[in-house]
Amino acid sequence: MTYSGDRLLLSSQREGQESRFRGWVLVVVPLAALLFQVYVPLFFQFLGFLEMPLLVVLYFAIMRRTQISGLLIGALVGLAQDSFSKNPLGMFGIDKTLVGYFAASVGMKIDVEHSLIRLLLCFLFYVFHQFFYWVMARALLSQQLALDLPRTAVVGLLNAVVGVALFAFLDRLKQRA
Amino acid sequence: METLLNRYRNITVLLLVIMAQLVLLAVSAKNDQDVRMIRVWTVTAVTPIARFIEGVRGGGSGFLHNYILLHDTNAENKKLQAEVDQLRVENTFLKNELNTADRAKALQLFQSRSPSKMLAATIFGMGGGSNAKVVLADRGSVNGVQRGMAVVTPDGIVGKVVAAYPVASQVQLITDPDFAAGVMTKSGVRGTLKGQGTPQCRVDYVPFEDKVEIGDWVYTSGDDRIFPRGFAVGQVKSVRSAQPFKEILVEPSGLQRGLEDVLIIVEGVHQDIPDTPPGMQPVYIAPPPPGGAANPAQTANPGGTEADRLQSAYKTLGQAQGHDFGDNRPGEKPPDYTKLGQPAGAPAPKNEAPAPSSPGTPNANPTKTPPPGTAPGATPANTVTPGAASSGVPANTVTPGAPPGAVPANTVRPGAPPGAVPANTVRPGAPAGAVPANTVRPGAPPGAVPPTTAPSSTPPKNPPADPARRSNQAGGGAPGGQLR
Repeated sequence: MTYSGDRLLLSSQREGQESRFRGWVLVVVPLAALLFQVYVPLFFQFLGFLEMPLLVVLYFAIMRRTQISGLLIGALVGLAQDSFSKNPLGMFGIDKTLVGYFAASVGMKIDVEHSLIRLLLCFLFYVFHQFFYWVMARALLSQQLALDLPRTAVVGLLNAVVGVALFAFLDRLKQRA
Repeated sequence: METLLNRYRNITVLLLVIMAQLVLLAVSAKNDQDVRMIRVWTVTAVTPIARFIEGVRGGGSGFLHNYILLHDTNAENKKLQAEVDQLRVENTFLKNELNTADRAKALQLFQSRSPSKMLAATIFGMGGGSNAKVVLADRGSVNGVQRGMAVVTPDGIVGKVVAAYPVASQVQLITDPDFAAGVMTKSGVRGTLKGQGTPQCRVDYVPFEDKVEIGDWVYTSGDDRIFPRGFAVGQVKSVRSAQPFKEILVEPSGLQRGLEDVLIIVEGVHQDIPDTPPGMQPVYIAPPPPGGAANPAQTANPGGTEADRLQSAYKTLGQAQGHDFGDNRPGEKPPDYTKLGQPAGAPAPKNEAPAPSSPGTPNANPTKTPPPGTAPGATPANTVTPGAASSGVPANTVTPGAPPGAVPANTVRPGAPPGAVPANTVRPGAPAGAVPANTVRPGAPPGAVPPTTAPSSTPPKNPPADPARRSNQAGGGAPGGQLR
């Protein structure tokens, strides 16, 4: 794939080739993200804002560039995250399924190797994730959650910054052609 | 048809997956019963890894801590070479003291004092979601944990178990918006504590005419059948008059020092509301009393550190053989240390006293002093109530009419509140020679906790008539553990 810093859109689908990962990466990385989510905020509360499972779903979805694999990764990680929460199973599952599907769709159209694009995608999908969760909580569970948009935007930005660094690290785990 | 399916394959799979999860969601939301397998699998998969990481973290930080300490010690050794050995001994002693005064010690003390049956657990994770108010504890159904059991620390209540998996359990914190518990103040004002998702909780349903002031302590009332009565909840931080109920905010005391080790109440027993709020200070072991005089009462319940217990054992041995440590001339025969550790067969039991001159005569034992930590105002030891034992054995609280030969027990535990009366009483009608249940015998292992009987102030046991309600009342938020 030829890469130019000025081009953000892919001229053809062939240009954006599917990234391949070893099997253990697909298991260990989401598991590590879940562990991070349940374990790290216990000692470092200021890291509680990080949505590592979301970032991992986003990465695998946009890099694999297949919608089915994206939505399946999202569903599995989301259901696992649901298991640790007191919410009924499916809240995070549905949310992340949609994130995985849409992220994979976006990954087929634009050059997701670009750091700026990654930053933007992380931010937008974080906001989408939070908003959709809020909608589902109100509509399906009748929970009156508050949606603090300024806070969501700031936290989304922080997640995006972490996401760019995380994606750069996860790029090293890609299988070489 | 095949072309059509291929064309819309992605969206079809998406819809199927979402529909499946919607069904899952509907089932679990409607019946309040999850597809438990998924949660069990996930928690079981993550728990061993989290415990391993926790072990590595604990070991790593301990190593770092020790390394820094040793490094400092070495630097000091270079400056003060003459005191090398002394400093090392002192350093080890201080480290031991620090270790014994940590949270685990506090938990153990609290556990031994409380009449409720408790299970210690370690918090190893937080629930999913950045706004989660649930945590994961490393004790599960194989340890006897059930849904609905109360979770506390010595500082106050923490939450309740909302799900018990085989090797872990999920604890809903007191600050969770769905949390509720019955509470009361010392003055008897009752209300319902509710979490708000913020560090403070509110107390609802307190009529505006009831008197609640800022700084008042709030305790569990036991009304909810989850938390036994008498556990601290927190301190009132704000009170606003409103109609028809006051608006009261409470700062929970159980979460103030972080969450690492907790106690799950497996079998709760109601207690009286304590006179003093829970201690917010670390455990402190008092130094030995001045003068160095032997204190027989202290040896009856050797507490404190290993060094204290050893010192106590040596003193007892010396006394039994007529040897006063430090007051002997050179060349004098030392005591026979081979008898160290044997039960005090030769020496008389600590509580034994000479026969009274006449039955019913008060017989204060001058050598008997309360153990260290006994609060001022505690009931004095060794008073034989008129009309008590005809054999004249002094008792701490021998009820009138107790039979001859009743052996007293007098364990006022360290840290007992002012005015505390030792729990051990020989009750009227006890058989001759009856030994109170709470007696800690000489030679008992360190930290041994005597079988506890419910204090006389404990309200009558109130097991539900229906055994099913007793076993698990989790459905309605009632405890899985039994409230006796």
